[in-house]
Amino acid sequence: MTDATIVKVGMADLNVATGGAVLRTTGLGSCVGLTLHDPLRQAAGMVHIMLPSSDIALEGAINPAKYADTAVPELLERVLRLGADRRRLVAKLAGGAQMFTFAGASDSLRIGPRNAESVKRELQRLNIPLIAEDTGGHHGRTIELDSASGVLTIRSVQYGVKEI
Amino acid sequence: MELFERDLEFKMDVLREVGNIGAGHAATALSRLLDKPIDMAVPTVSFVPFELIADRVGGSEEVVVAVFLRVDGDAPGNMFFLMSRDQARRLLEGLAGIEPAESDAYSELELSALCEIGNILAGSYLSSLADLTRLSLTPSVPSVAVDMAGAILSHGLLQFGTMGDDALLIDTTFLQGRQEAKGHFFFIPDPESFEKLFVSLGVPLE
Repeated sequence: MTDATIVKVGMADLNVATGGAVLRTTGLGSCVGLTLHDPLRQAAGMVHIMLPSSDIALEGAINPAKYADTAVPELLERVLRLGADRRRLVAKLAGGAQMFTFAGASDSLRIGPRNAESVKRELQRLNIPLIAEDTGGHHGRTIELDSASGVLTIRSVQYGVKEI
Repeated sequence: MELFERDLEFKMDVLREVGNIGAGHAATALSRLLDKPIDMAVPTVSFVPFELIADRVGGSEEVVVAVFLRVDGDAPGNMFFLMSRDQARRLLEGLAGIEPAESDAYSELELSALCEIGNILAGSYLSSLADLTRLSLTPSVPSVAVDMAGAILSHGLLQFGTMGDDALLIDTTFLQGRQEAKGHFFFIPDPESFEKLFVSLGVPLE
């Protein structure tokens, strides 16, 4: 991942890449990063999801990348438009941590696990296999997906680098 | 936000004053704890896109030490006391006489000391704010994390997340003497809290 083009994905944002470019999102806490990849077409997409469901949205025009239930279909649409074959698509998931823990934990503290659960439900509904994940825990993650190989590299302060 | 469509500048000034008073008391508390002068910059109040909030403390991947408290009561919100690892180390040395190990890992005792410092500072921030507004504001039990700034701060943006893609942040910087290292006090009231803050401070909403 030294000289590859880096395509940045911000918070509540999504992007796609092909032919060896690397998709990258930083500082996932309770947010989850979902990637879709077609190995043959070398087409990939990544979304940085913040909240589990758009039911709680109070904004007028919602940002589909922000909510799990709208982000997954939107990302699928974008990688298909890039020429990916739906039957070859595989998903990987990272993030969904609980950054702070204390007694009397309110619902907002469980937002990480709920984000991950919600994404998995959507993947199941859309029939996209989830082949690897690194979710939960209490630490932040930065992730990079190589659009050629489909390898997802995960970096964290406590656990260093790992690939899934 | 609709509430800010009129008299934006004036309302921002009021919030700046909120930050000034709250952080002023917190800085005094910190200065007493350390028995050293603590300077404070004029608070900045602004709508910051989620993506850019971590830039205030060095970027999304910058490792920071953060004490987080949820504010409950009449005007709920999220509060963070953020500092660099160097600054946390200095704070531990100066305050608790703890000689931190060279490694990046913090011991149970160090984390608990940092948590308590955050607790005292947030407590003085909130109690001065409560006196000013006559609102009830109570901090939750504090929680400390050493991790990427982006991962930590996103936790404080969830309430704004349902409203749009930016949050109203009251940011005050602490400086210790001439040292470069500094601490930040972030107060992110929930979107619903602004009306209560304004009403209690006599800001006309119509």
